Amino acid sequence: MLRFIIRRLLITIPTILVVITLTWGLIRLAPGNFYTGEKKIAPEIEANIRARYGLDRPWYVQYGRTMGHILLLDFGDSLKYGGQPVNRIIARSLPVSATVGILAYLLALVVGITIGSIAALKQNSRWDYGSMTLAMLGISIPNFVLGPLLVLIFSLSLYWLPPARWNGFFSKNLILPVLTLSAIYMAYIARLTRAGMLEVLRSDYIRTARAKGLRERDVVIRHALRGGLMPVVSFTGRALAFLLTGTVVVEKIFALPGLGNYLIKASLNRDVPLILGIVSFIAITLLLMNLLVDIAYGYLDPRIRY
Amino acid sequence: MFTTLNNQDQPINQPATGDAGDFVVGSSLWKDAWRRLLKNKLAVFGLAVVATITVASFVGPPIIKAATGFTYDFMPQNVLLLKSMPPFRGPEVSLSLTHPMGTDNSGRDILARVLLGGRISLMVGLISTLVSLVIGVSYGAVAGYLGGRVDSLMMRLVDVLYSLPYIILVIVLLALFRSSTALGQLVLLFVALGAVSWLTMARIVRGQVLSLKNQEFVLAARATGVSTPRIIFRHIVPNTLGPVIVYATLTIPTVMLSEAFLSFLGLGVQAPLASWGSLAAEGIQNIAIFPWQLIFPGVTMALTLFSLNFLGDGLRDALDPQMRK
Repeated sequence: MLRFIIRRLLITIPTILVVITLTWGLIRLAPGNFYTGEKKIAPEIEANIRARYGLDRPWYVQYGRTMGHILLLDFGDSLKYGGQPVNRIIARSLPVSATVGILAYLLALVVGITIGSIAALKQNSRWDYGSMTLAMLGISIPNFVLGPLLVLIFSLSLYWLPPARWNGFFSKNLILPVLTLSAIYMAYIARLTRAGMLEVLRSDYIRTARAKGLRERDVVIRHALRGGLMPVVSFTGRALAFLLTGTVVVEKIFALPGLGNYLIKASLNRDVPLILGIVSFIAITLLLMNLLVDIAYGYLDPRIRY
Repeated sequence: MFTTLNNQDQPINQPATGDAGDFVVGSSLWKDAWRRLLKNKLAVFGLAVVATITVASFVGPPIIKAATGFTYDFMPQNVLLLKSMPPFRGPEVSLSLTHPMGTDNSGRDILARVLLGGRISLMVGLISTLVSLVIGVSYGAVAGYLGGRVDSLMMRLVDVLYSLPYIILVIVLLALFRSSTALGQLVLLFVALGAVSWLTMARIVRGQVLSLKNQEFVLAARATGVSTPRIIFRHIVPNTLGPVIVYATLTIPTVMLSEAFLSFLGLGVQAPLASWGSLAAEGIQNIAIFPWQLIFPGVTMALTLFSLNFLGDGLRDALDPQMRK
C-alpha cells in the first residue's frame, strides 16, 4: 500500500509541474500582454512595467523564478485586483465553489444511488425505463439551459427562491445552483449504479446470501450495494474534474464569486499570477483527490492488490 | 426485412440461412447491426431527430431567406432598442408565422439563428470528433501493435494527460489566443476540442488491437511480408471499427456540450455567427422579459443531445449484442 502511494506520488508531482509549465508556456506564447489595452502606452512606461514585473529578463530566468515561487505555494499578487495576493483571492473564492460543488455531489450521490438501485432491482420494469430515460435527459440538458429554466420557474414565476447572488453558506440562494449542478451527476451516478448493481446481483455471493436465508433488504443493502457501488467510487475522481467545469457555468449563471468566475476573468485580463495560481491550485487538488479515490478503492474492494 | 425480425439474436458471425433452395443469403455484421438498431425504438427516434435537425439546419436558412427574407444576421432598420418580438407575432402584434421562434434584441429572427447555430454546433461536434478519431485511432493502434516498452510509455502518457484538468487548460487557451475574427476562433475551437478528446478513443483502440494482433490473419499478413504500418492501418484498424463508431457517436454530444459550454462563457463561437451555446448566453440576459430567447435554442440543443445519446447507446447494443443486458 505504502509503495503504491509513493509510486503514485512520483507520477503526480511531475504531472502537476507539466500542467503549470503548460499554462506558463501558453501565457507566454499568446499575443499581447496584461498591460496592453485600448490605449497605446509610451515605450518608456512599457519598459518600466516590464522591468517592474521582471519581463525584461530571459525566459528561463522568468520560468525559474515563477516555478520557484509556485513550489513554495506563493503565487504573488494579482495584476488586476489592486495588487491583492493571489492566495487571498483563492482563499476567499474557494469556499464558495467548494460549498456548491460538495453539496451538489452529495445530493447527486443520494438521489443517484437510490434511483439506480431501484432501476436495477426492478430491471425492465416501467420504473427502470422511466428512470433511465430521465437519466438520459439529465445527461443531455446542458446546465446552462437547466439553470435559467429553474430560475424562470422558481424565481421569476413562483417567487419561491432568490434567482442569484451569494448570500453566505446555507442560505436559500444555494438551492438553485446546487440543483443545477447536481442534475448531470445524478444522471451519471444513477446509470453507473444500475449497471454495477445488475452485474453484482447476478454474482455467486449474492446467490449465497439469498440461499442462506437473508432478508432481501439485507442482501441488497449489505451485500449488493457494496459491490455495486464500485463504479461510482471510481467515477468520483473524474466527477471532480467535471464538477470544476460545472461550477464555472453555475457561478456565471448565478453570479457567485467562486474560483471559476475568477479564472475566466483572469484569463481574459491576462492576469498572469492569478491564472497560474488558480490553475496550479486546481491541478493539485484534482490530482490529490484522484490519489485519494484510488486508495479508497483499494480499501473498499479487497480483490484489488497494489 | 421486417418479417425476419424475430430471430435476430443469434451470434453475429453466423450467417443467416434462407429457405433451403437457390441461394444462401449471407448476413453481414453491418446489416445485422442495422436490423437490431431498427428494432430499438429509442434509437430510431434518436436517428430521426438527428437526421431532421441536421437536414433542417442545412437547408433551412436558404428556405427562410427565400420565404421571408430573414437571414441569421439580418437586422431590420426600425426596431427599438430592447424590443424583442414574441413567437408567432407579426409586426402588427397579430398572430402570424413570420417569426415562429420570435426575434432577439436586435430584431434578428431566432429561427434562422437557431438553424445556423445548429449548423455550427453539429459541425464542431463532427469535425472535432474526426480530429480526435484520427489522433486516437492512430495512437492507440500503434501503441497496441508495437507493444512492450513503447506501449507502456505511450499509455503512461495517456494516463498523465487523462488526469489533467484539460477543460481548464482549454479555457485558458481560448481566452489567451482569442482570435479577432469569428472564423479564427472557430478553428481554434476545433483544434482545442479535438486535441483533448482523443484519450479514451486511444485506450479503446489499443485494447482492441491487443486482442487482434495475435490472430491468424495478422500472422498471415506478416508472413507474406506486409509492412508494419500497412498491417496496422489496412488489416487491424478496419477490424476495430465497431467500437470506434460507437464511441465516436457518443463523443459527438460530449464535444457539442463542451463547445456550447465554451461559447456560453463567451470563449467559443462569436457574433455574428451563432451556436446553441452562444444563443443561450445571449438569451439568459433577458430571461425575465423575453424567455423565448433562451428556451428555443436551449430546448433544441437538449433534444439533439438527447437523441445523439440514445442513438449512441442503440448503436452500442446493435454492434455488440454481448454488452446488452
